[in-house]
Amino acid sequence: MAHTVRALVVTGNGTNCEREMAAACRLGGADVVDIVHIYKLLGGETRLADYDFLNLPGGFLDGDDLGSAKANATRLRYAATLQGGSLYEQICSFIAAGKLILGICNGFQLLVKLGLIPDLAGAHEQETTLTFNDSGRFEDRWVHLQVNENSPCVFTRGIKRLYLPVRHGEGKFVVRDDAVLERLHAQQLVAVRYADAEGQQTMHYPANPNGSIDAIAGICDASGRVFGMMPHAEAFLHRTNHPRWTAEELPDEGQGVVLFRNAVDYLRNRRT
Amino acid sequence: MRERALSDLGIALEQVRTIDVFTLDMDLSAEELEHLAAGPFSDPIIQVWSINAPLAEGFDWLVEVGLRPGVTDNVGRTALEAAMLRLGRSTREDEKIYASRQYLFKGALKREQVERIATGLLANDLIQSCTVVSAAAFDAAGGLQVPLPRVSAEGKPHVALIDLAITDEELMRMSRDGLLALSLEEMKTIQAYFTRPDVRDVRRGLGMAGPATDVELEVLAQTWSEHCKHKIFNATITYDDGSGACTEIRSLFDTCIKGSTRAIRERLGERDWCVSVFKDNAGVIAWSDEYHLVFKVETHNSPSALDPYGGALTGIVGVNRDTLGTGKSARLIFNTDVFCFADPFYSRELPPRILHPRRIFEGVREGVEHGGNKSGIPTVNGSIVFDDRFLGKPLVYCGTGGLMPVTVLGQPSEEKTALPGDLIIMTGGRIGKDGIHGATFSSEELHEGSPVTAVQIGDPITQKRMADFIMEVRDRGLFRCITDNGAGGLSSSVGEMAEFSGGCELDLKLAPLKYSGLQPWEILISESQERMTFAVPPEDREAFLDLASKMRVEATVLGTFTDSGFFHVRYGQQTVACLGMDFLHGGLPEMRLRAVWRKPRYPEPAQRPTGDLTGVLKGLLGRLNICSKEYVVRQYDHEVQGGSVVKPLCGRLLDGPSDAAVIRPVLESMRGVVVSHGICPRYSDIDTYHMMACAIDEALRNFVSAGGNLDGLGGLDNFCWCDPVQSEKTPDGEYKLAQLVRANQALYDYTTAYTIPCISGKDSMKNDYMIADHKISIPPTVLFSLIGAIDDVRLACTMDAKRPGDLVYVLGQTREETGGSEYFAMLGAVGNRVPQVEAQRALRLYRALNAAMRAGLVRSCHDCSDGGLAVALAETAFAGELGMRIDLKNVPVDGHMDDDVLLFSETQSRFVVTVAPGNAAAFEQCLAAQACACVGEVTADTQFTITGTSGDRVVQAATAELKDAWQAPLRW
Repeated sequence: MAHTVRALVVTGNGTNCEREMAAACRLGGADVVDIVHIYKLLGGETRLADYDFLNLPGGFLDGDDLGSAKANATRLRYAATLQGGSLYEQICSFIAAGKLILGICNGFQLLVKLGLIPDLAGAHEQETTLTFNDSGRFEDRWVHLQVNENSPCVFTRGIKRLYLPVRHGEGKFVVRDDAVLERLHAQQLVAVRYADAEGQQTMHYPANPNGSIDAIAGICDASGRVFGMMPHAEAFLHRTNHPRWTAEELPDEGQGVVLFRNAVDYLRNRRT
Repeated sequence: MRERALSDLGIALEQVRTIDVFTLDMDLSAEELEHLAAGPFSDPIIQVWSINAPLAEGFDWLVEVGLRPGVTDNVGRTALEAAMLRLGRSTREDEKIYASRQYLFKGALKREQVERIATGLLANDLIQSCTVVSAAAFDAAGGLQVPLPRVSAEGKPHVALIDLAITDEELMRMSRDGLLALSLEEMKTIQAYFTRPDVRDVRRGLGMAGPATDVELEVLAQTWSEHCKHKIFNATITYDDGSGACTEIRSLFDTCIKGSTRAIRERLGERDWCVSVFKDNAGVIAWSDEYHLVFKVETHNSPSALDPYGGALTGIVGVNRDTLGTGKSARLIFNTDVFCFADPFYSRELPPRILHPRRIFEGVREGVEHGGNKSGIPTVNGSIVFDDRFLGKPLVYCGTGGLMPVTVLGQPSEEKTALPGDLIIMTGGRIGKDGIHGATFSSEELHEGSPVTAVQIGDPITQKRMADFIMEVRDRGLFRCITDNGAGGLSSSVGEMAEFSGGCELDLKLAPLKYSGLQPWEILISESQERMTFAVPPEDREAFLDLASKMRVEATVLGTFTDSGFFHVRYGQQTVACLGMDFLHGGLPEMRLRAVWRKPRYPEPAQRPTGDLTGVLKGLLGRLNICSKEYVVRQYDHEVQGGSVVKPLCGRLLDGPSDAAVIRPVLESMRGVVVSHGICPRYSDIDTYHMMACAIDEALRNFVSAGGNLDGLGGLDNFCWCDPVQSEKTPDGEYKLAQLVRANQALYDYTTAYTIPCISGKDSMKNDYMIADHKISIPPTVLFSLIGAIDDVRLACTMDAKRPGDLVYVLGQTREETGGSEYFAMLGAVGNRVPQVEAQRALRLYRALNAAMRAGLVRSCHDCSDGGLAVALAETAFAGELGMRIDLKNVPVDGHMDDDVLLFSETQSRFVVTVAPGNAAAFEQCLAAQACACVGEVTADTQFTITGTSGDRVVQAATAELKDAWQAPLRW
């Protein structure tokens, strides 16, 4: 029997893409979509365990004052919830229960700094990071993405290419050492890369907008169920979001929706 | 950083590295320190850390930059919060973390060069302190010890009693020395108030000893400031139009601005779409069955002159609060920004206290970037105007739009009130000495004594948290009234809300402070950012405070609203101010001024180019007022919230200049919001009447270009003037005031003609710089912003040429109107034939064009403005990465004119439109009764050619060359 899919979009402390992330979940087919302020999760008014799909949207958590998403990573790990234990511990149980997590932009930075992705060592320690763009600037621009069809990533299944906006100042993907990079590739955890207009991965600015190593734009964990990316899939939900929609013939649905539909379909059809 | 040092200062650096420094003013164990260093304070992948031992090595010079005492330290605040999370406890009394940064330079540098980098690029002396050390000195001292920027508590709270029984001269000295910015007449009115027997009786009853307190004088100065009361706009003016005939105008604001809106609303009757105008923090118009649209534009000029980053940042987060504090509060859906700067390549000597225009540009750009991006509000529309008269004061216009449900819990969302007995609750940031005298300071010219405390740094995250909180308390109905703390701080916000109930009783001792040592008057008028004031029914107190605490928003009860008729302020048990509400808000004497208009005459250009005009066109495209502003636009998030439809950049390579913004704020609906603006200060040199008319027309034709509905518009007028009050300092005040009168007359004439009710606005009247004998006055400038709806965003239009073979049309007649044009400016002239707007004719054209767009007949549409027809045609072509073949002989004109005039005249109400050949007949039918002609076609060959009226080629260039000329100046 198909499952009901309940999506949770977390907001608060500087998150600002929660509304469009929620709209994306609805368009993707989720049965329940709730935007929930983090105080309700910490205070126990809302339980993470009641949901199947955790969305960590973009924004400027705590102003990114200590580096992107850094202060919130500390909050999730150490702030005690009303039930005792941290939100981080609840997230671990959430993952262990076979559920899905998507972090976009600031949400991706948060996942990386919590060590939830790529999690090669299985210890949730930080192995990669996202740092200041080579340009030294925050930039809003649209990028082409090449999708790794061999990745276990649940969200990008069946997708070959994407065209989405990036809007960040700290999106340059960096690894701890070569071994991390090798394992990322060997396990096919690099799900999306910056590409040129022909779909070939690129290190050239501005097609690669931040200088990310190996043009890495998004990675997942080995399960493929925890995924983060810098480009804003939730910002392309309708053809009028496309920067050339007045000049091109485009389908009504924006390219970002499919990632959310993949997530919902996976959850709906999973075995219990 | 290396690039900027080289390009701006000509100093070559081999290498620059940075170290983030956290200085902890708290007791922690070694283990705890390590937890913090390895935890929230560093990134293990790319950073190393050390505790109480220097990390810096391998450098020649080190510069440490930190904030001065009392300046908002966002990084330090977040570091403290993260430290507490990591340590699992809450802050103890006076625990602080200070953030600073060390810059390590390698290179053969002299101390003087390093100091130039430090003061010229790294630090603004007003808000930051920097320490420069050489490697040798650093090693010898075993590191660098910088004193903590602690604010030292300065004694006990003290209320000074002011004796007002003094001479006129002494009254004026008191006003000047105390930065009160009050006139003699105003000082004397205050003097008289305190001698009234009834006033004395009340004061005696409250145990007040002296005639007036410093608190009261400061409250009056803030409330009566030009900034808050708009004295010039409300003055009675005797206007001589140059013929000797005089008319009396009782308040320009009432007769011209509100008068226009009144006339329009009466005419519209049942169809009136104004919901709340001129009475709240922002204007409100109807937008859909479910939502109203809210819009406000502010200026933040004076603070931006001193500290461009902090000034602009507080400008944007400040106007956010205006929209947030309108009605029962609106969700913020877009920002706009318009800047006026001097030439960023300015190379002459700078007058004292003036920052280089490039530095102002960069600081303002970054301030708005941080304010807008971090608040999660898309910056969708703006422009930058350059004129060297903005050297003394740059103009920084910031606007914010919002969406408000038509009803909140069954009540009209635009209505609010405070009832006697309601609690005064302040939320958000704490109060410090920042921003003291902001309102009075911006009511004066920039001078030697301009206070540094007027400058402040915004904190977008504290405000974002508060904005999230406000949406929740609004939807739960936990407050009755809300307003923001802007100019004048609590004194203004509480003072204004107390008008609803008829009084208030406020205890300043309850106010949360950033540090001790603030005097009562400082607490009352401080403009510390990120604060809102609420009227909360007593029964909702617990729920309100409980939610605030959960959402990490500081909320404090400061007193109650009353119906006593008095603005009553205590510090603990002691009454420190008690002013009659009537006197506070209605006691200000009216200003009487005289205005005399004299039509100026300017020489026409000595010589105008003839023959091939390709070089002239390239020159124009590369002028600062016309060239690409992509450098700035890219650094602003213009797509957050997911409803972006027409972005600021458009076209094949996403680098063309859009005319207006279209957004879809409700993601489940196709209904859109269109935002545009007009601004043209150059025309003010000839006649401000036409400057104003052109600004309104420019805003409207940009709006029409994008496909916006012509009904349901709301206009915002933001006047920035140079001092128009005749005095020794301003011998031409009568003329400048006449310029203001004329602009207002045009505002009335054109808003009524176009049915654009003004819904809100602001004026900033003292945009002058005066130090010693050096005076710089800005050109009179009005930003006219426009907001409205588009029924279906799928009908929106962009300005880029779409396909080869499409036909190019010019709409609207071209006249010889080169006065004040960019073309004449390039030739070093002003001229006299300023563009004039024929509103009725223009409106017919706009309606016809809108009908053609609704029928889907228009492929692209671009308005003609700076640089005229030639620039609009070139931009259309190169945005589409296509060529264009144009013949001037078909362009609709009024009489004969030379090709250069035809190409570069800035006649208003014109468009360049491209149409698919198959739609040409239907399009022409729509435009049948209008000035409209096919002048050429879009070509695939990427050549841009224009044939002149005599049949000769007058422009011939590859579109790429033209685009390059347009992009080159600000390709930073």
